[in-house]
Amino acid sequence: MNTEQIAIDRLMFDADEVQSMLVSMSDAIRACHVTPDSLVIIGIQQKGVLVKDAMLRLLKQSWSSKDISTGELDIGMFRDDLGDNPVPHIQPTSIPDHLDDMDVILVDDVLQSGRTTRAALDALRDFGRPRSIQLAVLFDRGQRRLPIQPDYVGRKLDIEDDQLIVVKSLEEDGGLQVYLTLK
Amino acid sequence: MSWNRKHLLDIYSLSKEEILTVLDTAKGFKQVGRRSIKKVPALRGKTVVNLFVEPSTRTRVSFELAAQRLNADIINFTAEASSFKKGETLKDTIRNLEALTADIVIIRHSSAGAAHFLSRVVESSIVNAGDGAHSHPTQALLDLYTMREKKGDLQGKEVTILGDILFSRVARSNIWGLQKLGARVTLCGPPTLVPKSLESMGCKVTYDVKEALSNADIINLLRIQHERQQHSMFPSLGEYSKLFGLNQERLAWLKPDAMIMHPGPINRGVEIESEIADSERSVVLEQVTNGLAVRMAVLFLVSGGKVASLEQKMGDVN
Repeated sequence: MNTEQIAIDRLMFDADEVQSMLVSMSDAIRACHVTPDSLVIIGIQQKGVLVKDAMLRLLKQSWSSKDISTGELDIGMFRDDLGDNPVPHIQPTSIPDHLDDMDVILVDDVLQSGRTTRAALDALRDFGRPRSIQLAVLFDRGQRRLPIQPDYVGRKLDIEDDQLIVVKSLEEDGGLQVYLTLK
Repeated sequence: MSWNRKHLLDIYSLSKEEILTVLDTAKGFKQVGRRSIKKVPALRGKTVVNLFVEPSTRTRVSFELAAQRLNADIINFTAEASSFKKGETLKDTIRNLEALTADIVIIRHSSAGAAHFLSRVVESSIVNAGDGAHSHPTQALLDLYTMREKKGDLQGKEVTILGDILFSRVARSNIWGLQKLGARVTLCGPPTLVPKSLESMGCKVTYDVKEALSNADIINLLRIQHERQQHSMFPSLGEYSKLFGLNQERLAWLKPDAMIMHPGPINRGVEIESEIADSERSVVLEQVTNGLAVRMAVLFLVSGGKVASLEQKMGDVN
């Protein structure tokens, strides 16, 4: 870590800044998908679900559609590091009945090593065979250890290894704030 | 979220938070059981040994399926078909299993303390699947899971355990677990099987079946364990049924929403009338389904890693 100490829980992006990232991500999704008919937006537990919910609100507005298929995925049972790390806390998974021939967009808050995404791809395999799977992340902090790249990114960040990005949801309107903290 | 144990040996030493961790984890695994593909790779590459020195069908099968659903390799090992017959000690048996790289050993034994003993002599994780009249933690956890699923928070709930308490590891484990989650426990049955001294565990002991049944939110009926009784503790099964069995008359004493549980195997017509066991009020089969999810959760949790490595591994989480 460098000599410049950062404050724990320093506000990195306020709700407006995060909102503008989300807007540009949803615009990119709209540009890539003509209609929401075959789309399934799946948030990875836990923080990816917050980002998914915020993005879904924007997509529904811009498509003026109430029916965009959505789900939540817990990848705890699919991690490859059980035995090295503390057991993950299993969160609910809810996926639409079938994903066959759907276009899935996986949503997470932060992409780093790519291991979470790899686990999510494994987990999704049990729910059918989507036509395509894309990856949307609010932040890409680099340092990939697997050949996985995002399709939609809110912001690329170059931060220290020992720093942690924490996405928090504002209670009043579900807006998102982002803090930087030390691990 | 609180779990930092390598073994599951009893309920008594678990904290309320640890119990809730198992139950919450089991929720996720129950969901897996509803999918068309009911397997997850959480224990891929791990070896699980079912070491059943005392006969069991449902617990063994439940653990076996749980391990398979987690993608572990499982070996079944029963007393009849093993070197116990040739005089090998339990310690030698388990050290041999360990030499075959067993990661988790599930042990059922007729002697209380067998699981604790093994946890001290080997490196594998030990899961107690019932040791004598002492403890049967996964049964208690699946009972608690079922109660919470149906009745919500157990704080202040009235739970009556009716039947053979003295010889029952299920009763003992249930009592500890229920008390940790804040439920009030009443024990009832023949005085020879429900001695007053059990009040020292913090339960109410009564021999008045009407009183025990009419207050209860949940009734757990326990099987009469002929096999553990050295001599007859009551005159006959017929008399037990007449005095303590759940029949239509006694059913009318229950609160309208009271839930009926039984850990199985049921002696139909002894602890419970056949029609009641099959009625909507009985959750016997749901207990079996939940048992699978709870055992998956237990295997998953005991195979988890070292907390010490949390910080150095945090970089890998995203």
